[in-house]
Amino acid sequence: MAREKIMEVRDLSISFKTTSGILNAIRGVDMDLYRGETVAIVGESGSGKSVTAKAMMGILASNAIVNSGSVKFTYDNKGVSKTVDILKMKKSDIRREINGQHIAMVFQDPMTSLDPTMTIGKQITESMIWHYKTPKKEAEEKAIELLSLVGITEPEKRIKNYPHQLSGGMRQRVVIAIAMACDPDLLICDEPTTALDVTIQARILELIKDIQYKKNISVIYITHDLGVVAKVADYVDVMYAGKLVEKGTIDEIFYEPHHPYTWGLLSAMPDLDTRDERLYTIPGSPPNMMKPIPGDAFAPRNQYALNIDNRLDPPMFKLTDTHYAATWLLDERAPKFDMPPEIAARIARMKKEENHDDQ
Amino acid sequence: MNKYILKRLGIAALTLLVIVFILFMMMKLMPGTPFNDEKLPPEKIASLMAKYGLDKPLYVQFFKYVVNLVKFDFGISYVINKDISINLMLSTRVPTSIRIGLQAVALGTVIGLILGIVAALKHNTIWDNLTTVISVLGVSVPSYVFALGLLYVFAFKLKLFPLLYSKVHPFQSSLLPTFSLSMFTIASIARFTRTEMLEVLDSDYILLVESKGISGSALIFRHALRNALIPIVTVLGPLVVGLMTGSLVVEKIFSIPGLGAMTTAAIQANDYNVTIASTYIYSLMYIVIMLVVDISYGIIDPRIRLAKEGSGE
Ligand SMILES: Nc1ncnc2c1ncn2[C@@H]1O[C@H](COP(=O)(O)OP(=O)(O)OP(=O)(O)O)[C@@H](O)[C@H]1O
Ligand SMILES: [Mg+2]
Repeated sequence: MAREKIMEVRDLSISFKTTSGILNAIRGVDMDLYRGETVAIVGESGSGKSVTAKAMMGILASNAIVNSGSVKFTYDNKGVSKTVDILKMKKSDIRREINGQHIAMVFQDPMTSLDPTMTIGKQITESMIWHYKTPKKEAEEKAIELLSLVGITEPEKRIKNYPHQLSGGMRQRVVIAIAMACDPDLLICDEPTTALDVTIQARILELIKDIQYKKNISVIYITHDLGVVAKVADYVDVMYAGKLVEKGTIDEIFYEPHHPYTWGLLSAMPDLDTRDERLYTIPGSPPNMMKPIPGDAFAPRNQYALNIDNRLDPPMFKLTDTHYAATWLLDERAPKFDMPPEIAARIARMKKEENHDDQ
Repeated sequence: MNKYILKRLGIAALTLLVIVFILFMMMKLMPGTPFNDEKLPPEKIASLMAKYGLDKPLYVQFFKYVVNLVKFDFGISYVINKDISINLMLSTRVPTSIRIGLQAVALGTVIGLILGIVAALKHNTIWDNLTTVISVLGVSVPSYVFALGLLYVFAFKLKLFPLLYSKVHPFQSSLLPTFSLSMFTIASIARFTRTEMLEVLDSDYILLVESKGISGSALIFRHALRNALIPIVTVLGPLVVGLMTGSLVVEKIFSIPGLGAMTTAAIQANDYNVTIASTYIYSLMYIVIMLVVDISYGIIDPRIRLAKEGSGE
């Protein structure tokens, strides 16, 4: 079956006006998303994951400046396929045509993302009534359905509850129900489990996967936890300092990573194998995005950095049709060397576990 | 919610009782008695004391005093309207003061909210700056200065309004006093609304509402303002108290035959009964307003309403 592309981000570049100057948050990002598939965006804090997602949603902060790029979104408009550039649309048009109905979002902190003064039932039905003029009664029935879909018991009673009467995990389920209210094509989850307990995290992930399967929607999953990525994603985009440094299928990123930053992220991932006493952390810290960055932004933290890294930003080198990495190590003139042994061992271990799981 | 209201009512009644007690004690602690005339023989004083029940134990006197206050029986004025029933004096003055006070609260709240909302929505524009200027002026310039300024410009120079309050045109002649009284409220509410709205508009839940595709007045009123109102309501109480004290001066300037003017006169003339009556009425109004504030607080914020009921679960 041909894959149906629903989102195409090209050359996205976004800055923020701040009191201390211009902050270049996103510096040229390309991204593709197909129907029914899941892309995970991973990267350390501040790498620009949320800003990218907000740009896709058309909910950038008022101090954001879009320097260049396009966010082409394709959706079904009354039976006709329509492609729009979110970055060129008026805010009011995005709200009316895209938000909620075609792209919905789940935020990081369920404790703060629900309106405390409105019952959860009303918060779920609001967008149906707003966009589709659904009769109140019908909308309420759908809200009850959605609440049971997200695994909330006694939904008839729960719709009358206010957010403060629910636990964090329950609230995140409600947020997911709100997101699903208008049957979107794309669900963007910005660290939906970071604020939750580990046990509840797994359940929410299962829930999103389940809904995705039932409704055949695309999901963008933002996280800094590669463990989460392994559970949910088909494709992974690794982000560093406002750029993609490596992208590939989940297997390519986990078993054949080529960017030293991806190596770092993989080693930093908690491992079931307890022989690793201490978790690895990538040395140093991300660059100051207020200043121009000469060459490769990761070079100062990269023990494999080449001289050229300090002068010239590497392009995306193609490894396979789906796998790309932006590091000069992939240039044919680069010295030959092997992946650090700890990473190799780590990958071998992951492969073994994977095989083990399959049996 | 009912339980919450009942509890608020109880607290209000208790507060009123405490105020009444303090009033009573202050009166008792004043030196001398109402019969301080040196020519009166002691036995005459004793019989007068007996006649007015002043020889009874304090708690009996207090009880009688409370009963009379509850019945709104304030006795007669000794000085400013000699031997006239205080109730008669109050019957025209209280409605006038309450009307002007309510007009000022309503005007101040509505204009304050509008200014604050516009400033927050048009953050960092000329509208925002204009609101800031108005707030600073309104908070720092006392109401009698506004009153005199408005009088000079709109009544004396432009002759658009009468100079003094008149019972013939009670509404038209109450506009200038209303406006001078409400300036402080306008300014405080505008400033507060702006801050709260900016904070709410920046919150995660507003972002979620936007990501649902909701915009315009639904976003502003149903979600943002409703949440911003919670802290705004809390400052309404103190603001209304400010209005009451402001009215003392403004009523004087515009010669409004209101409670404020009567209170000032009574205090200056040592007319105890009248002073007590108006203090009592002021306290009562204050307590009613606090009650209204508390109840609307519960209506707006389900966390308050439901917490007090021990959450329906
Ligand atoms: N409204 C804003 N004004 C100024 N700077 C901003 C704004 N929003 C984001 N930034 C900056 O843009 C950069 C990228 O932020 P972003 O929120 O996308 O990071 P992130 O990858 O989502 O990180 P995290 O994992 O912490 O959520 C950061 O340096 C952040 O400080
Ligand atoms: Mg983020």
